[in-house]
Amino acid sequence: MNKTIMNEKHREYLQSLKKEKRNIRFVQLLIFISFFLLWEISSVKGWINPLLFSSPTKIWTLFLEKASDGSLYLHVIFTLGETVLGFILGTLLGTLLAALLWWSPFLSKVLDPYLVVLNAMPKVALGPILIVAIGPNFGSIIAMGILISIIITTLVVYTAFQNVDANYVKVIRSFGGNKKQCFKEVILPACFPNIISSLKVNVGLSWVGVIVGEFLVSKQGLGYMIIYGFQVFNFTLVLMSLLIIAIMATVMYQGVELLERKLIKHRS
Amino acid sequence: MAFLQLKSVGQTYFSKTSATTALEDITLSVNEGEFISILGPSGCGKSTLLSIIAGLLLPTVGSVMVNNQRITQPHPKIGYMLQQDYLFPWKTIEDNITIGLKLRNQYSFEHIQGAFTLLKEIGLDHTRSKYPSELSGGMRQRVALVRTLATHPKMLLLDEPFSALDYQTKLKLEDLVSSTLKEHGKTAILVTHDIGEAIAMSDTVILLSSNPGRIFRTFKIPETLRALLPFEARQHPDFSATFQQIWEELEHIEQNDNE
Ligand SMILES: Nc1ncnc2c1ncn2[C@@H]1O[C@H](COP(=O)(O)OP(=O)(O)OP(=O)(O)O)[C@@H](O)[C@H]1O
Ligand SMILES: [Mg+2]
Repeated sequence: MNKTIMNEKHREYLQSLKKEKRNIRFVQLLIFISFFLLWEISSVKGWINPLLFSSPTKIWTLFLEKASDGSLYLHVIFTLGETVLGFILGTLLGTLLAALLWWSPFLSKVLDPYLVVLNAMPKVALGPILIVAIGPNFGSIIAMGILISIIITTLVVYTAFQNVDANYVKVIRSFGGNKKQCFKEVILPACFPNIISSLKVNVGLSWVGVIVGEFLVSKQGLGYMIIYGFQVFNFTLVLMSLLIIAIMATVMYQGVELLERKLIKHRS
Repeated sequence: MAFLQLKSVGQTYFSKTSATTALEDITLSVNEGEFISILGPSGCGKSTLLSIIAGLLLPTVGSVMVNNQRITQPHPKIGYMLQQDYLFPWKTIEDNITIGLKLRNQYSFEHIQGAFTLLKEIGLDHTRSKYPSELSGGMRQRVALVRTLATHPKMLLLDEPFSALDYQTKLKLEDLVSSTLKEHGKTAILVTHDIGEAIAMSDTVILLSSNPGRIFRTFKIPETLRALLPFEARQHPDFSATFQQIWEELEHIEQNDNE
């Protein structure tokens, strides 16, 4: 009898959870729709400058137009590719550099002040130099995407490496394991959560690097579309590019989160 | 001939501002099959001593010999079980207990099966594909023991292996460890804070004094207690007499410390 009451209570609890979730989704959707609706109306009624702020329908029309003639597709793929390469390479190289610092405490002490300076410096300011050095192409844009994330990744991951409980390393060493095995069996797997979380940060950073890179190189991509739209005063184009970036960045972030959940589900 | 010999081993830790002598003039020998416990106040250098014997730390002075050969790095015949279990949270129990085999290049079917058999003997066969976070503290400690035993060390170094457990689990594990080690003819050095545990489990108890850590007294445990399992030994009439004796010596150490 007691059990049936408990089951009943549990069901009520689950239902209340479900209801709350539904309410949250509903309000979120409401905000979304109201935002675009308000935007549309204020633009049509002239409450905001339609030349500057465009309107959802204009953006949508432009989107369909660009999508059907195939030009949008190329720009999107181009930027997407650069960003993905940028944040993956940035994270990988940063981790590699952190491994090097871990391997040689001497090197890490020598490089410490340089890393601090490099980290403090605004990396996008290096853009013009990169373009001159590498050339106004794909390469310098990716370099930008990497540059913006590599130093901070190195610092964060290296700190994580250092904070791994030394006793885990002792276990490996007591079985005769060498330094390389200590790294492979303990240091690296212990820091997977940290590496994934810097991957998350780098998704955002890499977008900044790539878009700024495209501003400067101005050939293709969403960054180029923004700059071009600005130059010809086509703000519908600018806003459309922005919306596409927002959607893609979100999707990427979710992707990394999925990876995170898969990789580190057993840690308490 | 003694399996392990320490000759005037001393350890001093250096830092920018100080030099701390943790151990001084430690000379002892351990025969094959012997079970030795080390008792002493906190900070007297017990863990340091185990690290030195394990070959993880080179003593500042003196030497450590295994089978009359000086050791300078972890010896394949010595297994070290740290204070806590330190199971790798990202590895399954199966991968945890075979890591030693992998590192020691003994990763053969035969040895892996041997590790699984040990796991079975210790009553945790069903946890093979689980992760450490899914196990209780006592279970994890047992898995850590299997991990240490899997590479077939002749000698085990146990650093307060039962300190994190509740009393009941601890008593049960003492019996399990004691009988497992006896059965496989292992030599062991156990570090503990618990006088009762030291008496119940070992053949010899060594008391260390602190600042710096030195051998203060060595006790031979009466034959009557040695023959028994730890749990039974605790009930034996000789137990409390031995306990009393060691207790008084420990008091002496504290008095010396305070002077
Ligand atoms: N890595 C180290 N660097 C400097 N000093 C150390 C280091 N490890 C230990 N010591 C010092 O050496 C002494 C002995 O330490 P140790 O850990 O061996 O003691 P212990 O007997 O195991 O203590 P406990 O019973 O609390 O575990 C202590 O005074 C400690 O401060
Ligand atoms: Mg200790």
